[in-house]
Amino acid sequence: MFGLDAVELARAQFAFTIIFHIIFPAFSIGLASYLAVLEALWLWTSRDVFLNLFNYWLKIFAIAFGMGVVSGIVMSYQFGTNWSVYADKVGPVIGPLMAYEVLTAFFLEAGFLGVMLFGLKRVGPQLHFLATLMVAVGTLISAFWILSANSWMQTPAGYAVNAEGQFVSADWLKVIFNPSFPYRLVHMVLAAYLTTALVVGAVGAYHLLRNPHLPGPRVMFSMAMWMATLVAPIQILVGDQHGLNTLEHQPVKIMAMEGHFESHKDGAPLYLFGWPDEAAGRLKYALGIPKLGSLILKHATDAPMAGLDTVPRQDWPPVPITFWAFRVMVGLGVLMLALGLFSLWERWRGRLYLNRLLHRFAIAMGPAGFIAVIAGWVTTETGRQPFTVYGLLRTADSVSPLAAPAVGASLLAFVIVYFIIFAAGVLYILRLMAEPPHAGEPGPSSEPPIRTAGITPAAGVVEGAVGS
Amino acid sequence: MSIAVDLATLWAFIIALAVFIYVVMDGFDLGLGILFPLFPAKHDRDVITNTVAPVWDGNETWLVLGGGGLMAAFPLAYAVLLPALYAPMIAMLVGLIFRGVAFEFRWRTRAQRNLWDIAFAGGSWVAALAQGIALGAILQGVHVEGRHYAGGWWDWLTPFSMLTGVSLVVGYALLGATWLILKTEGELRDRAYHISWYLLFAMLLAIGAVSLATPLLTIQYAQRWFTWPAVILTAPVPLAVVAVTVLLLKNLAEKRDGAPFFLSLMLFLLSYAGLGISMYPYVVPQSITIWQAAAPERSQLIMLPGVLVLVPLILGYTAWAYWVFRGKVRSDSGYH
Repeated sequence: MFGLDAVELARAQFAFTIIFHIIFPAFSIGLASYLAVLEALWLWTSRDVFLNLFNYWLKIFAIAFGMGVVSGIVMSYQFGTNWSVYADKVGPVIGPLMAYEVLTAFFLEAGFLGVMLFGLKRVGPQLHFLATLMVAVGTLISAFWILSANSWMQTPAGYAVNAEGQFVSADWLKVIFNPSFPYRLVHMVLAAYLTTALVVGAVGAYHLLRNPHLPGPRVMFSMAMWMATLVAPIQILVGDQHGLNTLEHQPVKIMAMEGHFESHKDGAPLYLFGWPDEAAGRLKYALGIPKLGSLILKHATDAPMAGLDTVPRQDWPPVPITFWAFRVMVGLGVLMLALGLFSLWERWRGRLYLNRLLHRFAIAMGPAGFIAVIAGWVTTETGRQPFTVYGLLRTADSVSPLAAPAVGASLLAFVIVYFIIFAAGVLYILRLMAEPPHAGEPGPSSEPPIRTAGITPAAGVVEGAVGS
Repeated sequence: MSIAVDLATLWAFIIALAVFIYVVMDGFDLGLGILFPLFPAKHDRDVITNTVAPVWDGNETWLVLGGGGLMAAFPLAYAVLLPALYAPMIAMLVGLIFRGVAFEFRWRTRAQRNLWDIAFAGGSWVAALAQGIALGAILQGVHVEGRHYAGGWWDWLTPFSMLTGVSLVVGYALLGATWLILKTEGELRDRAYHISWYLLFAMLLAIGAVSLATPLLTIQYAQRWFTWPAVILTAPVPLAVVAVTVLLLKNLAEKRDGAPFFLSLMLFLLSYAGLGISMYPYVVPQSITIWQAAAPERSQLIMLPGVLVLVPLILGYTAWAYWVFRGKVRSDSGYH
């Protein structure tokens, strides 16, 4: 299919299904925590605006969570269908981590989700809050295990190899807390929080542009902008630390990210842009700041930096993808920082709910978190190629005994199905977001309101009058 | 056969338990999707989906545990079986995607609700059929060389796997119908009773057909079931099926709402026990035993406390969730 062999098709299928999947956990990790905060504020202050916001975002959460679940099941079986050699060899190490993810996280989320979505009147506010909290905690535990598993593949530790060629654990603590895990975990959880904040902020801004006095949009916009203001700079610092960790354990990935084809004996530049020419082995039209690369990565302007010219070609990751994905992520991170600072300035001037430029900026940044998360994952996953277990098991040696038509057909099926589901899901979520939260906002499994003129605006005005 | 309780056997039991819990729990909600075409009225469909809306997510998580657990505890079996079952597995996943999102999507649109109802029904049919086919394909054995699946892409497709596929659809539909008896009232429940009669007879036919066809697959299955002294262990299974059937008929006739669902589960449990008797100690029949497929001891050991502590806990809070949403679902208000 398309002249690709079975390995390339299997990689395309994994890339496609995991990129689609990560969108939903990135959103639901942050949104579950946000819902827990909203419910806690409602219980604490008894202000209706928090309950209305809770029910408003709960409906969106229900859709996003459902899409995350079904796309996640695909992931847990794809290891076997397309990557059976990997599953056989790595299963003894990765398998238990994923089994613990299911046991400690997935069941917790799914078990309490029903009560969270539909059970408020049945169990009362206290128990209901407990259910919300369990779902939120479940999403974080899930992140813990799956990032541990992914990090082990990036920076394997605490393992041995047995007679059958399988990786086995020699020390479970070293497996779980492998060298890159803490950085990746913090980076991803913060990314999920930022992603959610940007979505919530964009929805709030959208409704503030129409009516700056609605209490629901004001509350969510303010909360979201606090999140962006506080977390964006922390995320940049964490990302920097993560980069230093990568330099220590996966230097070749850094070379690709930075576009360092050549070694630099006395101080490497920081290339802002350029055109990586993999065949020629150089960065064309490079625009760089001398010595800054060494300063950032080695904290010394004259520190030597090895380049891809020191690495055999067959161990190179795909440089252009790694190079560009990294720049997309960093660029969006800088814009998030800018949004946070802009909102802080306007907040200080008392114009947070009034500055239309800020609101437009926030709306434009609504999808930025998703794009940054995907770009970040593309950077780290592409940058560790050509290995599935870094330095130990090659991607080409990990696949099932596959035939291209079978992988191609299943890839095609997933592409078609995911586009249908994605289009519909995004449409329904956007439709929910297009309405501001109302007084007496209904929960999930309720009918979409009949949109006759008069009803919804009136409800908004009533809520505005009560809440402000 | 000797039953040595070692780590591999214990894990085989744990995985089998996870798969059984999955079959039971997702079985009835897939069954609702299978029965969807028989209930075209919107308000019936709202009630039907509301009976499982709070719990379907948890039900499906057992499938993830089955898959993840198999990879962790028996990586070789996972690595051989999934490529062997490639097409049915992809079909199952696609089916589960459609029917999973339909739960939420059908509430979010008026114009396209019918489309998502079709997705819900179609996805349930495909997922159930694919699971049944996969079961048959495993039972009939797969071609293994070294540590790899070495058969073709269509090996799974045989009359036997078609039979098990259809049988599982029938079985899930019976679970779904008796679940509706338990959870609904009025005209909807009466129709569920009516449907259950037909489905019970279809299920008995299916059990009979699979039971007769399985020993014909290989001589090992026949010996397992019909030779002395193994027959002491195997003979009670068909007898118990007869006993449960009689009870089920009686309760359907007397219209006791609470009983048929649990008796249908008993039928599933007995069929499942029968499968276990046929397969043990193979995880890939006639090719790979549970000991050959077992992950290194350290991997199986590290997960054991997790399973022994967490699974009872999970069953506990799952039971609580079912308890919260106990009772009949009203046609007008759902759970709200």
